[in-house]
Amino acid sequence: MNKGLAKRIVPCLDVKNGETVKGTNFVNLRSAGDPVELGKAYSDAGADELVFLDITASYEGRKTFTDMVTRVAAEINIPFTVGGGINTLEDVDRLLNAGADKVSVNSAAILHPELINEITNHYGSQVCVCAIDARMDDDGWHCYIKGGRERIELGLFDWAKEVEDKGAGEILFTSMNHDGIKKGFANEALARLAEEVSIPIIASGGAGTMEHFKDAFNIGKADAALAASVFHFGEIKISELKAYLKNNDINVRL
Amino acid sequence: MQIAIVKYNAGNIYSVVNAMKRLGIEPILTDNPELLCKADKVLFPGQGNAKEAMTYLRAHHLDQVIADLKQPVLGICVGQQLLCKHSEEGDVDCIGIFDAEVKRFSPQRHEDKVPAMGWNEIYNLSTPLLEGLREHPYTYFVHSYYVPLSNETIATANYILPYSAAMHKDNFYTCQFHPEKSGKIGEQILKNFLEL
Repeated sequence: MNKGLAKRIVPCLDVKNGETVKGTNFVNLRSAGDPVELGKAYSDAGADELVFLDITASYEGRKTFTDMVTRVAAEINIPFTVGGGINTLEDVDRLLNAGADKVSVNSAAILHPELINEITNHYGSQVCVCAIDARMDDDGWHCYIKGGRERIELGLFDWAKEVEDKGAGEILFTSMNHDGIKKGFANEALARLAEEVSIPIIASGGAGTMEHFKDAFNIGKADAALAASVFHFGEIKISELKAYLKNNDINVRL
Repeated sequence: MQIAIVKYNAGNIYSVVNAMKRLGIEPILTDNPELLCKADKVLFPGQGNAKEAMTYLRAHHLDQVIADLKQPVLGICVGQQLLCKHSEEGDVDCIGIFDAEVKRFSPQRHEDKVPAMGWNEIYNLSTPLLEGLREHPYTYFVHSYYVPLSNETIATANYILPYSAAMHKDNFYTCQFHPEKSGKIGEQILKNFLEL
């Protein structure tokens, strides 16, 4: 009977000025709808969790995003994570009070790693998702910040172990080599991450077909798989994806 | 129908408020003993540290108010744990409706992650609280401590070991999972509670 927890399917919604967008390779944004409507549709379709990333830079944008989080929390009956521009404990406080279940920290955690300790000491590790954007360069996997624009001299696996030690509850790993290309997730790096850390890994970047999700779970040993455009543009239907995974003996919630 | 939610220092109470609103109920969020006693049903949610929660509840005499409630009460997550006799989290005596000891998960394998966070099946369901659900439905859990199986268990979950996913004694019902975050299944459980 002990099958462990179900593998999660997580649609990600990039939000700018209250609207959903999705970039290909972090540029060329295409608009894809209202975040609350989309979130509700995904929840009804069987998504296990939602991620909303605020890609607005301005202060006014933050307020718009917080209002959106409040509306999402009122409508959605599955867990959801919010991220983007979280730099301080006050940011975390604001978003959790608006109704978010978890927060995802990225650049700020690399620049100020103590932020992870602060979040987990205040709210528990289950609240803290550490997002890592990394790229396989000639000299191995390196972390990037600022939406993939700036390389940091920090290896993916070293950083993953450090965020685990600091108490992060989960790692959301985006492979910049795979993101937007739709040729599958970074399964080799994922499998190594799963071996090196014991907190759950959310695979991100590269989903194009249902088989890619199966491989992320079977080969990449991921606990969850995240995707955006394949869901937003209806290329993969979540209900069909979950039925497919179930048929392939993967423990999913139907 | 008047639904009261116990207001105290445990986080994430607003997600339960939102869940009630989605069911067309405008709940009252209160720590007023009179309002809690008068309500038709009482929700006792919670997330956070058992010891800090008990310290707060005792300081506000809410532990006794909750123990004396006669209408249906639903304890959620830490709410379930606080209704037990004692918790290992901070080695604290709790409200004691259930004669159970709350224990911390001890991981056995690399895959055993604590906190247990995610969707898991529940089974061996009984009582009207869990009626009308599909077989082995998935519900959403976030916890590091668990209540062992007992005669009062009305649903079992298995993570590291089988434990109480839901419990019942007299007018007290509890679930370790979060019905307010468990999609349509959770919504059905909350509806069932409102109809008890």
